[in-house]
This record gives sequence, C-alpha cells and structure tokens, in this order.
Amino acid sequence: MTLPAISVQNLVKRFGTSTVLEAINLTIPAGQVSCLIGPSGSGKSTLLRCLAFLEEASEGMITVNGEALGFFENSRGERERLPLAQIRRVRSQIGMVFQQFNLWPHMTALGNVAEALKTVHKAPKAEAEERALAQLTKVGLANRAGHYPSQLSGGQQQRVAIARALALQPKIMLFDEPTSALDPELTGEVLNVMRDLATEGMTMVVVSHEIGFAATVAQQISFLDQGRILFAGAPGHVFAKPRHPRLEQFLDTYLDRGASMLV
Amino acid sequence: MMFDPNVILRHMPEIMSGTAVTLALWITGMLLGVILGFIIATLRRYGSPLLDVPLGLIVEVLRGTPFLIQIFLVYYGGPFIGISLDPIPCGLLGLSIYAAAYYSEIFRAGYQAVPHGHFEAAECLGLSRLQIIRRILLPEMALIVLPPSVNLAVILLKESAVLSIITVPELTTTVSAIGSQEYAFLEAIFLLALIYWFIVEAAARLGRAAEARLSTYRFAAP
Repeated sequence: MTLPAISVQNLVKRFGTSTVLEAINLTIPAGQVSCLIGPSGSGKSTLLRCLAFLEEASEGMITVNGEALGFFENSRGERERLPLAQIRRVRSQIGMVFQQFNLWPHMTALGNVAEALKTVHKAPKAEAEERALAQLTKVGLANRAGHYPSQLSGGQQQRVAIARALALQPKIMLFDEPTSALDPELTGEVLNVMRDLATEGMTMVVVSHEIGFAATVAQQISFLDQGRILFAGAPGHVFAKPRHPRLEQFLDTYLDRGASMLV
Repeated sequence: MMFDPNVILRHMPEIMSGTAVTLALWITGMLLGVILGFIIATLRRYGSPLLDVPLGLIVEVLRGTPFLIQIFLVYYGGPFIGISLDPIPCGLLGLSIYAAAYYSEIFRAGYQAVPHGHFEAAECLGLSRLQIIRRILLPEMALIVLPPSVNLAVILLKESAVLSIITVPELTTTVSAIGSQEYAFLEAIFLLALIYWFIVEAAARLGRAAEARLSTYRFAAP
C-alpha cells in the first residue's frame, strides 16, 4: 500500500466555544485531486487551513507523507507540539493558494514568485529569477513578469499565486476557493492551469464551489456539512442518483454555476 | 521699539550654532524614536502577550502627559533616583522616548493596514517572522506610515523647543538669550518662528518627495 499524501485522524477544531470541525477523518491519496465541497460555513476552508497549518487543530493528528504536521503523540499518548524547525520542514512540502490571491503588491509578478526562492531556499538572485520565470511561463504569464499585481487581472493574479506556490516544488498543493473572487469569465484560465497540474500528477486538495471542475477533474469528493464529512467517494459515486438529500439541496443552489451538467 | 535686523546679523554665529544643535537633536531623536517605536510596535504585535500590556501602558503615559513635564521630571527628578544627565543627553533621551511612543502607534496602524493574508502567504512559503517583517510587511506599510511620520517629525521639531527649559543650547535657548541680552525680543521671536518654519517646510518637501518616490511602485491602487 502506498503512503497517503495526507492523512487526517479524528481532527477537531474549535474557535472558542464553537466547534467548527468534528471528528474529521480524511485520506488524501498521492497523485490525485481531492475536492472538498459543501455549503458556506460547513468548515471546508477551515479544514484546508488546518492542512496548511494556518490553523492549529484543537484535537487529532495530521500526517503529511507519513510525518506528523504540527503535533505528535508522545510516549504517554499526549498531544505535543513539534519544534518550529520540524513544522517548517513538513510544511515546505505543501503549497497553498488563497481565495484572495494574497500577492505582495510591492513586488512584480517575477518578484513574488522569486521571493521565497531567494529568502528561504537561499538561491542566488539570477538563479531564483530564472526559476521564477520558468514557473510564470508554465502558467502562461512570462510576458507579465515585470507587472505589479495591481496591473494584472484577477485571473492573472491567481495564476501568479499558483506559480509562486509551485516555485518551491511542493509535493502537495492546497487550493482555497481559488476562483471564488474572480469574474465568471476569468475562472476558466485558472481552472485550466489547475487541470494541467492534475494531469501532471500533482497531489491536490481543492476547496471549491466549481462543481463542474470537481466532477470532471477530482478522483475523490468529500461533502462537508456542519463541521463533519457527510460522505466521500469518487465523483461518479457521489453524484450518482439517488443522491443524499443534503447534497441534492446543495446542488440546487449551484445549478447556474456549472452543476447543471449533472442534473 | 524699532525692529532692528542688525541684531540678528551681529549674532549670526550663535544662531547658526543653536540651529545646528536643534537639527542634530531633532534628527537623532527622530531616528532613535523611529527605531525604538518600530521595535515597540513589533514586540506588541508579535512578541509575548506579557509584553503588550506594560508596553501599552508606557505608550499611554508618554502620550498622555505633556513633553514639558516629562523632560522636567527626567532632568530635575532624575538625580533623586540616581540618574544625573547633562542637558544634551537628557534632551536627546527625552525626545527619543517621546517620539518612540508616537511612532509605535504609527507602526501599529501600519501593521494593521497590511492584509493578514499577505502574512499567511509568506508563512506558507516558509519565510521566517523576521523575513516576513523585513521583506513583506515593512515595504508594504511604508507608503501608509510615511505621511503620519512626516507629520510627527514636524511636531517633534517644534517640541524640541521645550528642551530650552533644561538649558540645552539649542535654537530657542540661544535666540531667547540674544533677545534678553539685546533687549530685542520681537526680533528674536520673529527670527525663531522663521527658522522653525523654514526647517518644517524643508522636511515637508522631503517627505513629499519620498512619498512620490515610493508610490512609483504604483501598488497603492488596486
């Protein structure tokens, strides 16, 4: 059996007194696309942020390629925080793409992509920029290398953000509603880049409202509702009729957003 | 009483020296204040939460009391607790700490103005806290903190006149002395106002030039 890229066991996330994720068990197979779908407030973004260690899970374990992320269980069975250096190392296998792109506005597209190569990987400037340009070429934006984020369209900004994450050669890419902040006619270019990545065999976890994308690209779909994974499986299985009533209700609201093909 | 500009000309060397002391104290105090203020703001935001409360209290006291009284307390009250400082070091220390309190608030606002996602993106890519502050947050907030910083610099220059009460040989001390000595109070006060205003204008112009240069990044507008 091959090692899963990410394995989540009994994860619980609380903000103060409210529990936003409960008893989450999830296996992300390597080389596949897994989509997390569900209504707003279902906890899918929080789950993804836990995988990126932007949120610390309140309970439970996450392992990335067999290594504990953030916390481990010591010999007495207690949950203990890992040293920062180790958290960084495990985390470096993961690339994250945000809904709001989060490009740094004072750097050009090239500067954004090259930054971590220079500061984290300590690559010389010329080499960092060469590698950054290669990544921008990959997302079709080599001719925008010298542009500042404010001079790029939303779709272009998100493609730069994807290139920035890819530059560090992560083994896993996390996408948090990557097209939700985009005009409908700009979502295509971003989804195409993601499709290409999937074809190359990148392990991807995608939180998305793009049901069409989930149905055609993902190998695994998990449906979240009220902080729990209601059910998971291959798209053919999940979307096959008769569907779970909660999913049916959810799909109804997205009929105009590419889900019509499924009905 | 006649307005006699010759008084000014006769005392040119002292006036120049007083201006030099004011400029030196102002610029050094401001730079130290910026550095200290940035450290305070950074510690309050990213340091231990135990630091935030005492630092916040110090900032509040410094902002809540007149500079005149602060400097009086340090200079005349200091010796009672074993801190005896000469006028110039005492003045510089007082001005720097006073400036730091206000600059720390400017940087606090600067930190708040940078979207948290920009921090998270850098964190995900493995940048350390210090790298994030230096490479991402500071340059991003530069344009935001510049106008209030120039504004504060101008206020500090004028506040530096307060140092005359602890006999720092700066501009106000020097020119007032000339006024008393020559019975030419009007000339002295008029000249003082003119020199301060001249320096303020120069500083404001410098600030605008810096702002124009920074905004060539053109990242301000979305």
